[in-house]
Amino acid sequence: MSDATAHSTPATPPASSLFKQDDRVKRRNAAEKRFKAYGLAAIGVGVTMLIILVSSVLSQGLSSFRQTFVTLPVTITQAEFEAAEASMLKTGKYKKLIQRGLEQRLATAELSDVVAIKDAMGLLSGQAPADLRVAALSNQTWPLRQEFRFLANGRVDGYFKGRVTMEIAERDSRISPEQLQLSQQLADAGIMETRFNRGFLTRTDGSPTRPEAAGLGVAFLGSLYMMMVVLALALPIGVATSIYLEEFAPKNRWTDLIEVNISNLAAVPSIVFGILGLAIFINFAGLPQSAPLVGGLVLTLMTLPTIIIATRASLKSVPPSIRDAALGLGASKMQTVFHHVLPLAAPGILTGTIIGLAQALGETAPLLLIGMVALVQNYPSAPPAGLEDPATALPVQVYIWTTRSDPAFVERASGAIIVLLAFLLIMNIAAILLRRRFERRW
Amino acid sequence: MPVIWILTLILVFSIIGFFLGRSRAMASAGGDMRSLHSLPSYYGYNSALFLAVPSLILLGLWLILQPIYIENRISGLLPAAAISEDTTRSLVMSDVRRVAEGLDVAVDQGAMTADEARNIRTEFVDVRERLGSVGVALGSEVDAPILNAAQQYRELSSTMNIVMTVLVLALGAAGLTFSYVRTDKDFRARNVVESVIKGLLILASTIAILTTVGIVFSMLFETRNFFTQYNWVEFFFGTVWDPSFSGRGGLSEFGLIPLLWGTLYISFIALSVAVPIGLFAAIYMSEYASPRMRSFAKPVIEVLAGIPTIVYGLFALITVGPFLRDFIAEPMGLGSSSSSVMTAGLVMGIMLIPFVSSLSDDIINAVPQAMRDGSFGLGATHSETIRQVVIPAALPGIVGAILLATSRAIGETMIVVLGAGAAAKLDLNPFEAMTTVTVKIVSQLTGDTDFSSPETLVAFALGLTLFVMTLGLNVLALYIVRKYREQYE
Repeated sequence: MSDATAHSTPATPPASSLFKQDDRVKRRNAAEKRFKAYGLAAIGVGVTMLIILVSSVLSQGLSSFRQTFVTLPVTITQAEFEAAEASMLKTGKYKKLIQRGLEQRLATAELSDVVAIKDAMGLLSGQAPADLRVAALSNQTWPLRQEFRFLANGRVDGYFKGRVTMEIAERDSRISPEQLQLSQQLADAGIMETRFNRGFLTRTDGSPTRPEAAGLGVAFLGSLYMMMVVLALALPIGVATSIYLEEFAPKNRWTDLIEVNISNLAAVPSIVFGILGLAIFINFAGLPQSAPLVGGLVLTLMTLPTIIIATRASLKSVPPSIRDAALGLGASKMQTVFHHVLPLAAPGILTGTIIGLAQALGETAPLLLIGMVALVQNYPSAPPAGLEDPATALPVQVYIWTTRSDPAFVERASGAIIVLLAFLLIMNIAAILLRRRFERRW
Repeated sequence: MPVIWILTLILVFSIIGFFLGRSRAMASAGGDMRSLHSLPSYYGYNSALFLAVPSLILLGLWLILQPIYIENRISGLLPAAAISEDTTRSLVMSDVRRVAEGLDVAVDQGAMTADEARNIRTEFVDVRERLGSVGVALGSEVDAPILNAAQQYRELSSTMNIVMTVLVLALGAAGLTFSYVRTDKDFRARNVVESVIKGLLILASTIAILTTVGIVFSMLFETRNFFTQYNWVEFFFGTVWDPSFSGRGGLSEFGLIPLLWGTLYISFIALSVAVPIGLFAAIYMSEYASPRMRSFAKPVIEVLAGIPTIVYGLFALITVGPFLRDFIAEPMGLGSSSSSVMTAGLVMGIMLIPFVSSLSDDIINAVPQAMRDGSFGLGATHSETIRQVVIPAALPGIVGAILLATSRAIGETMIVVLGAGAAAKLDLNPFEAMTTVTVKIVSQLTGDTDFSSPETLVAFALGLTLFVMTLGLNVLALYIVRKYREQYE
């Protein structure tokens, strides 16, 4: 029988073999290669996008950490100080004092006959007199004789950073090509220089027309206060909720309801939390607008699901034998949880909390709705009273700057993002290190 | 007394209460710990908890209810004549509050004595100028009834504050006394303390529910107000979005359709970027990649999920938008706007890649190896196995992941605020600026909000629509995952 079948097959060689691929196998193998290439390309696209994103932010923003300054000698006698403080237009008087310093400096650089003093004064930031006044107010011994480093105008700063060119200055009402040439001369004479800009990290937002004086000081404090509120509320509430759900809750409809709620809250769009904050905390409870307290409360509600999910996972990972041993030695359920399970779960909880905080730190949309878009000129005072003072936050400051018309603010916004990303990086690295250091494998 | 002081006092007294309770227990046991029912510190905790918990609860409730009560009382006292034609009671009340706060500031800074603040009359003093001199700027002249109401407001709040302080501290003292008297060596302190703690745990876990209830009610309530002023049929089916700015008068048109169109169009583009890339990335990482490649690529792609959305927004605004405009839209004559549906969609797509990829990755990994081995054994190539065996088995999970990504896309705010534009249009051209539900919520609710005008209230209707849509998608995703999940043993 087997012979018959063997003979019935024609003697032609097989259509394909392991050694010689026919068209169909070739097609299938080509499809295989293509498929694999698609996968690799997808990962490549993802990684490339990340690189483009980061390098775009870095290339736009790094220059905001440097700033053009004009160094001038200023002398103020006590009489001049009192006269300036008594006048209506205080900064006008201080401007005169700066002008005197500038004239003096131009004379020593032998530039005074080349330039009009009005043009030269136009190179300084509108913030310069106010800065001088702050220095004069805190001065003790008269006369005040000092070399001051004044901010240069945003356009001049842009010129040294390559943003403002002669063609642009041609059409700009706030700077002329002659002034740019003059600033080049000043830079050559060593009067004007570009150096590290500490004010970017410490100053307040300043005014919409002075990008050179805009800083992140208020945003830092606001973000810090909000993180304090989030930490103080979300961590205890989140841990308490997780302990209850994981260790004590009976399986019934009520706990089911809570669990469904938590997983849904994790997926609610952030802006909805902003609406909640506006309607409940501001409109109903009468808390002040733009306050870090309200922002912190809203972010707490947003962060809770993250912390709860992380805490429950790390409570779950503590083996039941630990609980059994404690219970067997006569500990109560509560003692078992608080004395044994919780300490063992602490690293996981901490990691989850840091990740939750990092999320909250980058959140923008809900903060816009609770009024954090206002221009804040004063630093909030120290907590707890400062929690109700108006402030902004780092991501909100980015948004505010992007809405301003002066292109110099784009540089500021990118710089603020670099600061924000640096914080997020630090927090995430801390979380990873904590996990590596304390993670236990049971 | 400021609240922070009351809190500090409660804290200090609780610590004192702890030591009192513990020493009394020890004394009743004659210094022999073994004859106590519970460990000594439990007696201490018992006293501290009985002091702190009731007084803190009272303090919290009081702080929530006091402003409402005062508001009602003072608002009732305002004569109807003080509310002129063109304002509302709530606006007058905000004037009253402002004057009252101004008087507080003046007293704080010593520009006014407390007596003076209580008794000044508009007939004799220019209140606006006096308050202006301490840095409180008032919009208009202060009328006699408003000043009067403000003074009563201050009086009432200061009395209420005193009452609150006294009551809270008295309740704390009562709690302490009660627990102190009960403390005895046979008293089951541990059981009591543990049930109080358990109660607190339950209380904490209800916050999740309270938040949801708060979200739903705050939006339902204001949405109902909106629909009393604006026809709901026109809202849901109107095709024109044209709010007039408050104060300028004129009729506003709030048609949801153009916003919804923009939202869905942008989400569609975002998903057509994110789903193929995310899915292929997940397949490659779980099926082809070596462990080293995987340990590099997975975190890098997940970094995309950790970047705040404002960063993507700025990326859209300063990099992607101008690029698309200069190299694609303008040469092809499709438009000259740098903010467009395409800009926002592409950038949002990048943001969503990790959402699709990491969820799909987990799901593909959960498909048992035996199924792949079976397919290989029948002679299928790797890609055939993936397409015909692995993906069908993982499909419910993948669909769930895509639905979750969709709900993210619909609710995303900052990318569209910065990248999509603000013009509400019904258009097919992806290089036109269009707008979304979230953008309009932001633009209607930032700045001054007046909770009586439809221009503000419409944002709550939009928010509710958004909430319902995303909730629906999430529930659907959960349902699909649960219902169609294959169980492998």
